[in-house]
Amino acid sequence: MSASAEAVGRRANDTDSEVGLWIFLASEVMFFGLLFYGYTITRINHPQAFADASAHTDLLLGSVNAFVLFTSSLTMALAARSLRLGAQRASVRLLAATLALGILFLAIKCYEYHVDIESHLVPWGDFAVSGRLAGGERLFFFMYFVMTGAHAIHLTVGLGVLSVMLVGVARGTYTEQNSQAVELAALYWALVDTVWIFLYPILYLVHRP
Amino acid sequence: MSTAIAEPAAPEPQSNYLTNGYSLWSWLTTTDHKRIAILYGVTITAFFFIGGAAATLMRLELVSPTPILMSAGTYNKLFTAHGVIMVWFFLIPSIPATLGNFLIPLMVGAKDVALPRVNLLSWYVFALGGCFVIVTLIAGGIDTGWTFYTPYSTRFSQTQVIYGLVGVFVTGFSSIMTGLNFIVTVHRLRAPGLTWFRLPLFVWAIYATSIILVLATPVLAMTLLLLAMQRVFGLGIFDATLGGDPVLFQHMFWFYSHPAVYIMVLPAMGVASEVITCFARKPVFGYRTMAYAIAAIAAFGFMVWGHHMFVAGQSLYASLVFSFLSYIVAIPSAIKVFNWTATLYKGSITFEAPMLYALGFVGLFLIGGLTGLYLASLGMDVDLSRTYFVVAHFHYIMVGGSVMAYFAGLHFWWPKITGKLYSESGSRLAAIVIFVGFNLTFFPQFILGIEGMPRRYFEYSPHFQFLNILSSAGASILAAGYVLPLIYLTWSALHGARAPDNPWGAKGLEWQTRSPPPVENFDAPPSIPERPYDYDPEAAEEARR
Ligand SMILES: [Cu+2]
Repeated sequence: MSASAEAVGRRANDTDSEVGLWIFLASEVMFFGLLFYGYTITRINHPQAFADASAHTDLLLGSVNAFVLFTSSLTMALAARSLRLGAQRASVRLLAATLALGILFLAIKCYEYHVDIESHLVPWGDFAVSGRLAGGERLFFFMYFVMTGAHAIHLTVGLGVLSVMLVGVARGTYTEQNSQAVELAALYWALVDTVWIFLYPILYLVHRP
Repeated sequence: MSTAIAEPAAPEPQSNYLTNGYSLWSWLTTTDHKRIAILYGVTITAFFFIGGAAATLMRLELVSPTPILMSAGTYNKLFTAHGVIMVWFFLIPSIPATLGNFLIPLMVGAKDVALPRVNLLSWYVFALGGCFVIVTLIAGGIDTGWTFYTPYSTRFSQTQVIYGLVGVFVTGFSSIMTGLNFIVTVHRLRAPGLTWFRLPLFVWAIYATSIILVLATPVLAMTLLLLAMQRVFGLGIFDATLGGDPVLFQHMFWFYSHPAVYIMVLPAMGVASEVITCFARKPVFGYRTMAYAIAAIAAFGFMVWGHHMFVAGQSLYASLVFSFLSYIVAIPSAIKVFNWTATLYKGSITFEAPMLYALGFVGLFLIGGLTGLYLASLGMDVDLSRTYFVVAHFHYIMVGGSVMAYFAGLHFWWPKITGKLYSESGSRLAAIVIFVGFNLTFFPQFILGIEGMPRRYFEYSPHFQFLNILSSAGASILAAGYVLPLIYLTWSALHGARAPDNPWGAKGLEWQTRSPPPVENFDAPPSIPERPYDYDPEAAEEARR
């Protein structure tokens, strides 16, 4: 691109991509926001059923997963920062740790789904709860699967992005001067993390003694 | 355009975005915003005529109060196909994805949109969503209406609801990508010196539209996903048998679908501002209030969705608030109409085809907007919401408003887009035929509504027949009116005379470059005017004498 062409108009640069990513995150917030809205209204209509149903979730697995994911957010932020400061090897290690923690989260989540299925908590089909509140509890587990499922899909996409970043930093495609992609990946990962901050209490901690 | 024809033809053809590769492959892999605009243009034109064909069949059936052509089920499928296709596959992408795509980078003095590959991807996603809709039609269609209200859509309908939901869901992502691209482009790629209040109102309008696209479309996508799950698994939070709430679906649906009206109308307002100021040769009256009005409409548009649910069992207090806020939206809308009128006042007006379409837009939008006030009032709405009055009202906004403005813009920028001129008399004739046909089609529907004819009905009481025949007669005129541009614009693209760079003597940056523009939009840096729309009506009067 010649200097005179530059004056006519320019191509997108790093800041543009960052603006774009923030707008993308805004649309993601609206995606999840709709689910939170649906959850809230349904819970207002069925307070007791939601409290009872929440007690059927596996608090231990959910809490461990929260810890795993929040830790991955720390390693991700440090990975981006290390790269910006020129510590390429540290960045690679931290990215690998983030990736491992993300995979661990998914593995635990899959095991938890397995337990849920074994305990007949899948709201379609043969449901464990019967009685007066069964309808509301089904709706709780409907939202539980939809919301954690949507979260898991986002997390899986994030794992793909992280893998690309890991290879890129290891090979030197992304460097101290060219750290934008990694920082954007970190922003996205923070969204995945933030969603779980909200999902964890509303799914696992409803009216726990 | 008379002055334009008198000008000598432009010199030797130079390379431009159209000559940059002729193969189909070069089009399907382009990241040039101008070519992507044309890809969108061709696609939505096809959908426009499919959706229009469905409407034509409905109007034919409604000539008689008793069945003549089809079964009631087919009729339901036709109005659903018409609604789904016209809303999501024509109106939503119409001005933003075609004219917006072509013009936004030119108007801000950029080489392309901020994320050109995302731009191309958005078209593929749109086409994929369109494929699902075509598959739906081939597989027998849907009979739920474009609103997909549950429980009918989830529990009772025997038609291909899932395909249709997937089609709309997928298409939503193309909307989000387009909106995101425009927001970044307007924020980041404006030429040096082109401040916000030097931007054309079209850019303001598309920018506001993009914000709605990015924030509202995800809500629709998730809502339809929940609906689809409820249909597939037989349970969900809209399912009243389990304690779910069908009205919740309506809240979610209209949280998107009311702002969607502004996705369709704000760009139309942007086009009208550009065209009216040019052919009145006068700066837009109250430029800043126009810009603020656009922002206000976009903001308040998010807070009025409940006016679609006055009879759906929502709380009276909610209805009162939604009613009040709906009146509030009328204020910035009225400001715009007043300002267009004031722009015309003491202007040096000429009536080229784009101007005829734009004036048609203002008049029809005015009627659509005023009848909207009837529907915003609680008492009137309870009576009118199930009648043809609503059908007439929103067609005045969407067809009389958005489609007219789309045609105004298409005719205004056609010489820039194609580098060709079109038939002057043919285009003026088409504008008038469409205006007459439109009013004859939809004005009788206001009367039908007031007399109590229910909408979506297949058979009706015989005393409504006369007005229905009038409406159907109007529809055939309207259909002819829509075929005319297809003919003369196609002819123009193939054999039209070469257009000069600025046939209208218009002021935007897009008119400073060649027609058609070069691949990277400008050969030399465009000069940024001190203020937008620097027209001089007195000088224009002098020149005409
Ligand atoms: Cu509305």
